[in-house]
Amino acid sequence: MADFVLPKNSRITGGKTWPKPAGATETREFRVYRWNPDDGKNPSVDTYHVDINDCGPMVLDGLIWIKNHIDPTLTFRRSCREGVCGSCAMNIDGQNTLACTKSMHDVGAGGAVKVNPLPHQPVVKDLVPDLTNFYAQYASIEPWLKTTTPTPQKEWKQSHEDREKLDGLYECILCACCSTSCPSYWWNSDRFLGPAALLQATRWVTDSRDEATGERLDNLEDPFRLYRCHTIMNCAKACPKGLNPSQAIAELKLKMVERQI
Amino acid sequence: MSDRSSMRTPLGRVRNLGSSHSGTKDFWRQRLTAVAMTLLIVPVIVIMLMLVGRNQAGASQILGSLPIAIILLLFIVASTWHMKIGMQVVIEDYVHNEKLKLASVMANNFFCIAVALASIYAILKLSSGV
Repeated sequence: MADFVLPKNSRITGGKTWPKPAGATETREFRVYRWNPDDGKNPSVDTYHVDINDCGPMVLDGLIWIKNHIDPTLTFRRSCREGVCGSCAMNIDGQNTLACTKSMHDVGAGGAVKVNPLPHQPVVKDLVPDLTNFYAQYASIEPWLKTTTPTPQKEWKQSHEDREKLDGLYECILCACCSTSCPSYWWNSDRFLGPAALLQATRWVTDSRDEATGERLDNLEDPFRLYRCHTIMNCAKACPKGLNPSQAIAELKLKMVERQI
Repeated sequence: MSDRSSMRTPLGRVRNLGSSHSGTKDFWRQRLTAVAMTLLIVPVIVIMLMLVGRNQAGASQILGSLPIAIILLLFIVASTWHMKIGMQVVIEDYVHNEKLKLASVMANNFFCIAVALASIYAILKLSSGV
């Protein structure tokens, strides 16, 4: 059966409350998931207090402030700090999103900011999930232009109308917020490709320059790879870029029906 | 979750046995039977209300009408087919043990076919007045 409870060694137990920063007049409480693969202990939730007058407004700013001023062992991924790279995807106050574009004033209704790693993925350390399977699924949809016609001397041409069909698909930054918010992906991530990979599959199936559309659809037509999506739309709600993977998946299903009936 | 301790590459694990090239027929039939049930549900409720309080002879008389019998038969076929596909989806979602999954899918098929045939038999028997 699908696993509905965490394994014993993954259950959260206790956690340390770090002292409030000296001299801070206004602080914000952060409760952050901690797990260290080297100490053999269960995960815990540590409580920190961030001096918000000495810190930027976003949740990522808070985490960086904690790392710089309180606890240098706190581990998380971050890079661009402007919602382009997708590195700092995490679960903030129960919602998968990017820490760099989520204002700490918009979460927790003034209470604690609760920060956890993306759900249902193996944890490497603290807020860093292992996305190996997620990236392999992206690779499996072969996200590159496939053609048989000899490459033209200048470029593969595409009309403005056909280019517009890729809007809402190409902007994905592969942060994994959508896939890890999807219960179908939680239960069957070994066989279901998940919303992110399927959105990208739609991007290449829709591309007018691609000559492998049928082959791509063949590769996706499977009760598990595609049809585990039951359109509950958690993916669309989670996407920090405002994309709608469930609509993209519905377009794939429509194409599947179109070529049969 | 597949065995992550295996030395197989992540892409090899994702590709696994390949695509089954199926699923679209069940997807289409689930929608087909849903639309059919939406169209049939009002006439079926009207027929059920007509049957309330009648004895077997009265029920036989109503079901003896060809359009009424056909509406009920269509509803039985659409609803049991929909039930079969829906339950199979739930099994595929949650039952991961291969043997248990095959047994559950088999039991689901047997149950749905039995319910469909029993209902069809009952309607035919009543409508033919036997």
